[in-house]
Amino acid sequence: MSSSQKRISKELQECMTTPPTGMTISLPSESNLHTWAVKLIGPPGSPYAGGSFNLSVVLPPDYPFKAPLVTFATRIYHPNVTNDSAGSICLGMLKAENWKPASRVRAVLDAIRQLLIEPNPDDPLEARIADEFRGAPREFEKNARSYVARYASGKK
Amino acid sequence: MVDEVNMILEMRKEDAAILLRHFRWNKERLIEDYMDNPPKVLEAAGLGPSSKSPARLEAIPGFMCDICCEDEEGLKSFAMKCGHRYCVDCYRQYLTQKIREEGEAARIQCPAEGCHRIIDAPSLDLLVTHDLAARYQELLNRTYVEDKDILKWCPAPDCENAVECAIKKKDLDKVVPTVACLCGNRFCFGCILNDHQPAPCELVKRWLKKCADDSETANWISANTKECPKCNSTIEKNGGCNHMTCRKCKHEFCWMCMGLWSEHGTSWYNCNRFEEKSGTDARDAQARSRVSLERYLHYYNRYANHEQSARLDKDIYTKTEKKMVQLQTASGMSWIEVQYLNSASQALQTCRQTLKWTYAFAFYLARNNLTEIFEDNQKDLELAVEALSEMFEKPIAELADTKLKVDIMDKTAYCNRRRIILLEDTADNLANGRWTFNVDLKSITPNASSGVNSRG
Repeated sequence: MSSSQKRISKELQECMTTPPTGMTISLPSESNLHTWAVKLIGPPGSPYAGGSFNLSVVLPPDYPFKAPLVTFATRIYHPNVTNDSAGSICLGMLKAENWKPASRVRAVLDAIRQLLIEPNPDDPLEARIADEFRGAPREFEKNARSYVARYASGKK
Repeated sequence: MVDEVNMILEMRKEDAAILLRHFRWNKERLIEDYMDNPPKVLEAAGLGPSSKSPARLEAIPGFMCDICCEDEEGLKSFAMKCGHRYCVDCYRQYLTQKIREEGEAARIQCPAEGCHRIIDAPSLDLLVTHDLAARYQELLNRTYVEDKDILKWCPAPDCENAVECAIKKKDLDKVVPTVACLCGNRFCFGCILNDHQPAPCELVKRWLKKCADDSETANWISANTKECPKCNSTIEKNGGCNHMTCRKCKHEFCWMCMGLWSEHGTSWYNCNRFEEKSGTDARDAQARSRVSLERYLHYYNRYANHEQSARLDKDIYTKTEKKMVQLQTASGMSWIEVQYLNSASQALQTCRQTLKWTYAFAFYLARNNLTEIFEDNQKDLELAVEALSEMFEKPIAELADTKLKVDIMDKTAYCNRRRIILLEDTADNLANGRWTFNVDLKSITPNASSGVNSRG
């Protein structure tokens, strides 16, 4: 599996030099290329604007043949992210049957940012939040903002 | 079939195979749709616009694999017609993982993001080891059976056969499509459960669900509770006197006579008044609600009995099997001469299986002129089966008796004959819509409410 090292370091280098929009990427441990820490700035215009979210990206040993594992370390109020400390994300391209080895972490991160701008209530992890997003968008925005203020304002 | 499509549409065989799979082996629809709009059909099936060159491995100068980022000189690479090129090692590992770990075959796409092109068999052969290609072929064959409605895998453990039966889903209320696999297993083609003749699939489904929900509970309720005469909540009397107050509706009544407590006067703790009207009415209502429960239990107990007896008969047979050997040595009978026990055991199994389902069938059957004939047939078969079962249980010494042997053989034949008569008669009436059921066979509502209110 060491052939994946080359690919991972190349991807990491690209992401460090020209980071995806609204993100900074770092390695929590320099010796471990398989765990990335991502800081995502809430996209302007979305209810998450002004927030700063930490994500964890774990690349499995047989990456890129297996999909990376991406989770929100910061709590977030969103139809497609579990409303708990696990912060699991429902994203089509991360599912085993959809993942293609030619896909890149950058594309995954871009898709996650896009998910903050445009939640996908048809494929929810939190059905209640999805219903609210559809039925009471103002209420949803208020809740999302209050989560940002509580968990993602940058102060720990 | 692949050859036919390949000839008509003038395409490569492997492409024809992919198209057929995409259309779930419906050749006519494939050809029709393809004639209408070839590019659209190709795209949807994962074939996309094609170039002519055959699949091969190439080393292209300056190539870098997008998966592993290797770029050394002379790196062998492969691309399907979509042109997404990756090094051989990556392609191989991708395919290996899909086939080995995910059991995927007919729907393996190009490794490129967003490319839905399906890998074809010749490309695969070029890339992977021989045994992996064999596995791929096996999985492909499996999809042929899974894709086709008229083929089903035999559900018996370790049986690798598929069985063909051209039954349409909408006819399942008219026919009970029982099939026998070459391995000897008999099952229903409609629902893959064991042979459940004469009951149609829908009834079987309802019955099994009802039994899973109700039978034990219902037994207990029947033995230990009564319903409140006013609101019909089920009540358990857990001790104390006969003066009952329903928790739900606060109705006060006497546990013994079910009549109004207010009419009891001063005869506390001792109900001796069976004549008052309110008491009789209440008992009538009680009786009616009990009837449906009793009715269910009547059929359920007989159903369960045959299921259990079949198990016991089987146990006895395993013992008998050993004794058959002893019998051979003791009485000088040959192997072929003791086989009558084998046939008897098999007849017992199949007949009990049928009898079992006649009770589930009868539970849903509404009474008409034909039900009596059905019940007669059922009774006949049941008597014969019980008689055979009794003979079968005889100790080994008696089994050696020639008279008993003849009797057993006669009874076995009789049981088998009665079973066929019952099944033919029932199936005939079913096909011609002569039965009426107290449930709707067409509706696929999963919850047929059972009518037993177990929470009081």
